Amino acid sequence: MGYRYELRFSGSGGQGMILAGIIIAEAAAMYDGKKAVQSQSYGPESRGGASKSEVIISDEDIDYPKATSIDAMLALTQEACTKYHKDIKKGGILLIDSNEVKKVPAGDVKVCSFPIISTARDVLGKEIVANIISLGLITEITRIVSHEAIEKAVLARVPDAFLELNKKALHIGFEKGATLSSI
Amino acid sequence: MAGNKKKFIQGNEACTEGALYAGCRFYAGYPITPSTEIMEICGARLPRMGGAFIQMEDEIASICAIVGASLGGLKSMTATSGPGFSLMQEGLGFACMTEVPCVIVNVMRSGPSTGFPTGPSQSDVMQTKWGTHGDHPAIVLTPASVEEIFHETVRAFNLSEIYRTPVILLYDEIIGRMREAVTIPAPGEIEVVARRVPTCSPAEYKPYDAKGGDIAPLASYGDGYRFHVTGLYHAADGFPTNNTQLIEEACIRLLRKVDDNKERIWKNEEYHLDDAEVGIFAYGVSAKSAKFAVKELRKKGIKAGLLRPLTIWPFPDRAVEELAGRVKAIIVPEMNMGQIVYEVERASRGKCEVKGIFRVDTEPIKPVQIIECITGNGLKPSSPGSKMGEMMVERDMLDG
Repeated sequence: MGYRYELRFSGSGGQGMILAGIIIAEAAAMYDGKKAVQSQSYGPESRGGASKSEVIISDEDIDYPKATSIDAMLALTQEACTKYHKDIKKGGILLIDSNEVKKVPAGDVKVCSFPIISTARDVLGKEIVANIISLGLITEITRIVSHEAIEKAVLARVPDAFLELNKKALHIGFEKGATLSSI
Repeated sequence: MAGNKKKFIQGNEACTEGALYAGCRFYAGYPITPSTEIMEICGARLPRMGGAFIQMEDEIASICAIVGASLGGLKSMTATSGPGFSLMQEGLGFACMTEVPCVIVNVMRSGPSTGFPTGPSQSDVMQTKWGTHGDHPAIVLTPASVEEIFHETVRAFNLSEIYRTPVILLYDEIIGRMREAVTIPAPGEIEVVARRVPTCSPAEYKPYDAKGGDIAPLASYGDGYRFHVTGLYHAADGFPTNNTQLIEEACIRLLRKVDDNKERIWKNEEYHLDDAEVGIFAYGVSAKSAKFAVKELRKKGIKAGLLRPLTIWPFPDRAVEELAGRVKAIIVPEMNMGQIVYEVERASRGKCEVKGIFRVDTEPIKPVQIIECITGNGLKPSSPGSKMGEMMVERDMLDG
């Protein structure tokens, strides 16, 4: 019997949540030899508003492309966390930005917390790589794609001038993910 | 296989890949979410391969431009969404009447009017058949995955050339914008139909001559053939006529082109239908929910199956009637307030119960809705007339 692993990346429009979903789906489908489907949902505005990207990973053909019972979810904003956490399955993982999400939903969910955006801004000098740090964290916490695959997928999507920055961001995610225990 | 390329792409990108594979060399359009990627990629790629791309002032001009380009001999396409598709209706009827092959893509978003631009919907399915006025043929294809969009786009161009009629490719925002790994076939691997052009001399050519069969060859402007094209009823030479017999013959021939060839145009996927006691009729993203639901229902020992049309128009009457004769009920999930369910009911001829599941909050119909519909309420008889109340029940169930 095949497995079906569901991921949701959520935040505010412009934070790169859709790209994060594309990259991890590409890692699974193009580099890890799995099946993957990525889809998204956002409002008509080009920035702001709650935005989400969903990825289903499986070893067999994926019929339904949307999340039904989420294994792991990222929330970079309180709004996104409040709006989208309800579909996480029992015992599923919720990764939140510790500075942004103060009202942590109650329930049978493993919550992991890390200052993702401030690390991107203060350590790497670019808030825009918060999504890549998130990919490192999610990869390390869930192990649903391999480190090699996610690194290849990230670097394939990034302009040459920013390869090092994104590689660093991903590796910060790997390192910090290994130390995160749920709160 | 050599030449095959595996790519991780969006449905709309697959549509463009399919169009280019099929030989499309002209695109005219006006951008609109959620179809814009088709236009963007055509704009980037067509000029580099000897094709032409024009951003028009609106969708009315867009469809007129592709009709003109097609008469000039180029396979042509435009893409839009509900609001733009509404504007295209006059040009669509003109293409049907003048028998000009072209492909129109409608990536459905929530309506009416500008509705919710980024929200998926399946509420244009009747418009693709009846949006333009007058009796006219309709060929409408409904792919349900990224790879299928590629193949159905090629098929849309082929059918358009074979039957000298516009073909509509119809899918929802979710199918159009989700990403999957797709293998693009090498050139020559799948069939691409070339336009049938006249072999007679320009002096003898009649663009609507039905003597040699319902579908006359189509000459390209610029190849020395001079002919008249009008949306008025016309005789074999293309000039307007008020001869009532010719008018009747022309109207019937237009419809017969598709009607007589339904079996060649129909295409269905049947999933677990052999021993099914409950059938689901679904297209696009709702068919994806349905397939998931069938698997879950089968695990519970419930014999459910899916009939999924890849050609929604002409409507697959025969497949539906045949199914209706051997199941207790057919469930029709669709992201609108009930459209194709009436066609299913009509084609079922009272042989089984037909029940719709409808959803219009821009979220897809969830598999659990279909499962609950089949297991939850014991399939109580219902008619489309009473579905409002039932839809509310379904809605309560899923968000509660």
